[in-house]
Amino acid sequence: MTAPLLELSGLTVDVATEDGGSRTLLDGVDLSLAPGEALGLVGESGSGKSMTMRAVTRLLPRAASASGSIRFEGADVLGMNAGELRRYRDGGVGLVFQDPRAHINPTRRIGAFLTEALVRNRGVGRREALARAAAVLAEVGIDDPQRRLGQYPHEVSGGMLQRVMIASVLLAEPRLILADEPTTALDVTIQREVVAILDRLRRERGMGMVFITHDLDLALAVCGRVAVMYAGRIVELRSADTLHERAAHPYTLGLLGSRPSIDARAERLSAIPGRPVSAFESGPGCAFAPRCSFATAGCESEPPAPTEFDGGLVRCARVEEIHAARMEAKA
Amino acid sequence: MARLLLHRLGGLLTTLFLSSIVIYGSLYLAPGSPENVIFGSRTPSAAARAAVRHRLHLDQPLPVRYWDWLTGVLHGDLGTSMVTGQPVADRVGAGLGTTLLLVLMTMLLVVLFGLAMGLTAALLPGRVDGAVNALTSVSVTVPSFVASALLISVFAVKLGWFPASGLGQGFGGKVDGLVLPAVALAVLSCGFLARVTRNAVRDQLEREHVQTALVRGLPRAVVLRSHVLRNALPPIVTAVGLLTAGTFASTLVVESAFAVPGIGQLTIQSVAQKDFPVVQAVALLLVAAFVVCNAASDLIQAVVDPRLREAGSTS
Repeated sequence: MTAPLLELSGLTVDVATEDGGSRTLLDGVDLSLAPGEALGLVGESGSGKSMTMRAVTRLLPRAASASGSIRFEGADVLGMNAGELRRYRDGGVGLVFQDPRAHINPTRRIGAFLTEALVRNRGVGRREALARAAAVLAEVGIDDPQRRLGQYPHEVSGGMLQRVMIASVLLAEPRLILADEPTTALDVTIQREVVAILDRLRRERGMGMVFITHDLDLALAVCGRVAVMYAGRIVELRSADTLHERAAHPYTLGLLGSRPSIDARAERLSAIPGRPVSAFESGPGCAFAPRCSFATAGCESEPPAPTEFDGGLVRCARVEEIHAARMEAKA
Repeated sequence: MARLLLHRLGGLLTTLFLSSIVIYGSLYLAPGSPENVIFGSRTPSAAARAAVRHRLHLDQPLPVRYWDWLTGVLHGDLGTSMVTGQPVADRVGAGLGTTLLLVLMTMLLVVLFGLAMGLTAALLPGRVDGAVNALTSVSVTVPSFVASALLISVFAVKLGWFPASGLGQGFGGKVDGLVLPAVALAVLSCGFLARVTRNAVRDQLEREHVQTALVRGLPRAVVLRSHVLRNALPPIVTAVGLLTAGTFASTLVVESAFAVPGIGQLTIQSVAQKDFPVVQAVALLLVAAFVVCNAASDLIQAVVDPRLREAGSTS
C-alpha cells in the first residue's frame, strides 16, 4: 500500500460564538486518500463537507479553530508556517470553487487570473505563462483561447468561467484537487460536461481529487469511494460500485431512496423526515437518530463508533440488524 | 471607453452651460442694482445713472446681456471688475494658483492620512480598529472653521511654527503659509476618507475572490495589492472626487480665516462688494471644479472596474 496523499485523523473544527462559547462543526473526521484516487464527499448543506475542504486548505473563518491532524504527503498541514503553507497551496492542492462568478476577481482579465500564480509563485515569464494558459484553455474545451485571455469574467458565461477555474487549477499542476460543488451553480446541461472534463484531465495527470457534492449520483459517477457526511461526521465510507446495493447506514439509504429513478414505479419519492442538523445541535447520541426510522432509545444516548461492515465503514449501532431486515425483505 | 469619455464630456459641458444661466440670472434677481454699487451712497442725477447703465449694458434686456457675457467668457474675456476696474481674468488668475496649491496640499494630506488610517483599521481588527474609529468619529465632526481657530491659536500664536495669516515670499513661503489652512481643510475629509477606505477594504477582504487568491499560495502583499486594494478603489475614488470638489467650496471659509489671497477670499470680498462680474466668474469656476472632479472620478473608476465601462451608454 502506497503512502496516503492526504490523511485526516480526528479532524475537529470548532467555531467560537459571540457569547464566548464554541460550536462544533466537524467532529472527529478520519479520511485517507491515495495518490491519484478520487473520493466523493456527500452530504446535505451544513453536514460539514465544505468545512472539511476549508480545513484542508487552512481557509477557515477567523473564529474557527481546527484540531486533530491533517497530513499531506506526510507533512503536517495545521503546523505549517506561512512559507510552507504558500508552497503547499501553490503546488500541493488546487481548489475548484462552487461559484466561479464570485471566486474570480471581476476587475481583471481572464489571462491575468490564469497566469498570476505562475508568474508570482514560480517566476514563469508572462509570455510563457500566457502560452501555457492558452493551451490549458483549449484542453478544457474553450474555443479561441487567445481571445478569451483578453476578456473579463463578466463577458463570458458561467459554464465557461467554471472551465476557466478548472484550467487555473490544472495550470498549477497540483497533486490534489478539491472540487467543492463545482457544478451546482451551472445549468444542468453544462454540469455533465464540466464534470467529464474535470474527471478526464484529472485521470490523465494522475491527480488525486476530493469531489464535494450533495448529488450522490454525481459522486458515484466520478469517484472510486464515497464518504457520506452527516452533522460533521462521516457516517458511511464505501466504494462507489457497492454503494447502490450494499449501503448500510440509514441516512445513506434515505439519500438513495430520495432520488428519482427511471425504472421504479413509486408514486412519490421518499423523503427523509425532519431537517438536517449541524454537529453542535445534535445530542449525546447518534446525530441522525431523531430522523431515523430505526432509532431506539440507545441511539439517542450512546454515540455509535465507526465499525467495519461489508467492506466499508459505517457509524450505526444497529447496522447488523438493519441489514438483516433488508435482506429478509428482499428475499 | 471612448464612448464613456464622450458621454461624460457632453454631460460636463451641459452642466456648465445650465449653471452659467442660473449664476447669471440669480445675481440679477438679487436685491440691489449693479449701478448702485458704483454710486455708493451718492444719489446720481438721472442722466449720470442712465450713462452708467448704458456703459454696463444694463439698458439691454437680460437675455442679450447674458449672451454678450457668455460669448465674452468663451473668448476668454470675463469682463471688468466694477470695484477696481481691473479685468476679472487678472483678479481671478492672481488667486487661482494659490487656491489650486491649497487644494492640492489639502488633498495630499487627506489621501495620505485618510488611506493610511483606513487601511490600518481594516487590516488590524480589534483594538487598533477601535482606536482609529474613535479618532475618525471626532475628526468628522470638526468643521474647517473650528479647526482653523484651534490651529491658529496653537501652532501660530503659542508655538509660532507657522504664520497666522497671509503668505510669505516665493514658493517656499507660500507653502509654509498654506500648511495650517491645508490642515484645517483636511481634518474632516481625512476622517471621512478613512471610514470609506476601512469599509471598502473590509468588504473586499471578505470576498470569495480574495480566498481564491489566497488559496493559490500568492504572497499576502500581492493579494492585498492586486485583489483587495484594487477592487476597493471605486468607492475610495468617488470619495476623493467628492471631497476635492467640497474642498474648493470650503476654501471660502478657510482662506478668509487665514487671510490667504486666493479665490475663496476673492469670492467673499466680491460678494460683499456686489462686484457682479467677479462673483459670476468665481461661481462658474467653482461649478467647473465640481463637475471636473466628478467626471475625473467616474473615469478613473471605469479604468479600475471594467464592469462600469458600459454604464455610459445606458444612462
